[in-house]
Amino acid sequence: MIETRGLRKSFRSRAGRETKTVEAVRGVDLQVAEGEIFGFLGPNGAGKTTTLRMLATLIEPDGGEATIAGADLRKDPAEVRRRIGYVAQGGSTWDESTAREELVLHARMYGIGKAEAHRRAARALDAFQLSEYADRKCKTYSGGQRRRVEIALGIIHEPKIVFLDEPTTGLDPQSRAHMWDEIRRLRTEGMTVFITTHYLDEADALCDRIAIMDHGEVVAEGTPADLKREISGDVVLLGLDVAATPQAAQLLDSEPYVNKLETADEGGLRLYVDEGATAIPQILRRVDNAGLALSSIELHRPSLDDVFLTKTGRSLRES
Amino acid sequence: MKLARDTWLIFQRQLQLLLRNPVWVFVGVFQPVMYLLLFAPLLKPALNAPSQAEAYKIFVPGLLVLLAIFGGLFQGFGLIAELRAGVIERSRVTPVSRLALLLGRSLRDVVSLIVQAVIITLLALLFDLRVFIGDLLLAYLMLALIALMTSAVSYGVALKVKSEDALAPLMNTVAQPVLLLSGILLPLTFAPGWLQGIADWNPFSWAVDGTRALFAGNLGDDKVWQGLSIIAVLAAAGVVWAARQFARSVR
Repeated sequence: MIETRGLRKSFRSRAGRETKTVEAVRGVDLQVAEGEIFGFLGPNGAGKTTTLRMLATLIEPDGGEATIAGADLRKDPAEVRRRIGYVAQGGSTWDESTAREELVLHARMYGIGKAEAHRRAARALDAFQLSEYADRKCKTYSGGQRRRVEIALGIIHEPKIVFLDEPTTGLDPQSRAHMWDEIRRLRTEGMTVFITTHYLDEADALCDRIAIMDHGEVVAEGTPADLKREISGDVVLLGLDVAATPQAAQLLDSEPYVNKLETADEGGLRLYVDEGATAIPQILRRVDNAGLALSSIELHRPSLDDVFLTKTGRSLRES
Repeated sequence: MKLARDTWLIFQRQLQLLLRNPVWVFVGVFQPVMYLLLFAPLLKPALNAPSQAEAYKIFVPGLLVLLAIFGGLFQGFGLIAELRAGVIERSRVTPVSRLALLLGRSLRDVVSLIVQAVIITLLALLFDLRVFIGDLLLAYLMLALIALMTSAVSYGVALKVKSEDALAPLMNTVAQPVLLLSGILLPLTFAPGWLQGIADWNPFSWAVDGTRALFAGNLGDDKVWQGLSIIAVLAAAGVVWAARQFARSVR
């Protein structure tokens, strides 16, 4: 449904007298299959939005190619526009208009006739549970309602693919769960959904496949389960104070069941082991014999954050 | 035909939003009305005009051109608000004509200007201004072309600078010399030679001369077709340039 080869984009930015070229996206290859929810995961500034805006014909790539829903991005952007929907991160509704007016106008910008545009608007309002507020101005809506209007706008012309840029950012937990249901519903209706997010739990819960992006490059791609499996074994977190940490690290580093060991700046250790259940008793015995005091011990099944950490050397939360 | 359809679509939407808040049309007309009521009475003695009506024939056309220039140049502010709300980006992912995105908006501005011009003209009639309806309609055409040009340029600049803070001083800096060099408040016949020489390069000065000729009933005056042609060419150039800005990448 989407296939990209070597998609690139750099921006020139000026700081004082110097011009700097920032390579926002450096050669992205992606393949997204029909009917899947594909997640683009990465910290802010990783190049997710830039890639999305290139795929949505809003900015022209510097290099590379892409085929989207069968249309060539470089040669026929007009055809791509007809086949895709795009929902921007920062909103797209006008305060003084009503949801119905926005939907009708948007449908008509796709060349749909007046009567049909009204029918579709009514149907979308119904499907997104907005009928009650349909004729109120957008400025009176809650964040969640407004986001639903925006998604409804993005799919009013029944596109094959819809791009959602951080669809749940800024929503309260309840609206967020509601939005996940809406996104899953789009897939049931046969749409391919491409979302960006910087929430790990969102990518994990919602996406069939994900690509992790960092510094303009895709550093990992696969199903959430596959990616987690790549990180073999479990993670054991030991709570230690800063002073005791180096000694404990030295002690445990040579243990055969510890595959990898990392020290946290604020004290404590992160141990990668094959199996947590058998490793923990041995760790406890070793630490206890050395007379060190543990403040906590935690067993972690690998998460996407661990995937991100192994691929980039940083935690997604701190970047 | 797609262009006409899309332009009509955008025009309708913009007009609908304007009518929801029509107070802006009257706010826009407030300043020229003040000039008409509080400044124009000084003109008969100042211009040595034989009557108040003659003075108005000189002053009102200039005032209308002023209204068209300023009304158009400041339309960009509304567009920056739309940019910020994401409305422009949302339009740009659809296959809608980029020229229509501009024309629909600029034509709304033209309509709002003509409404304001009619209000000013009607008020001036109370002060004994008399003008033939045919000449008046041609003068309105001139005003419409001016507003089309200035609003298109304003939209184009707004898409480039993307911030109100940059747009306001920029437009003021452009508008001020244009205003002074077009003989809007006082005809440049009073100006020294060098000033007239500079003013000859100001297209709005030609527009003001043409509009004055029309109000004076001199339809055959060369200034009429000269003014109309100059402004028509510039309006077309402004529209083409601004439509390109809509087609280019903007956020």
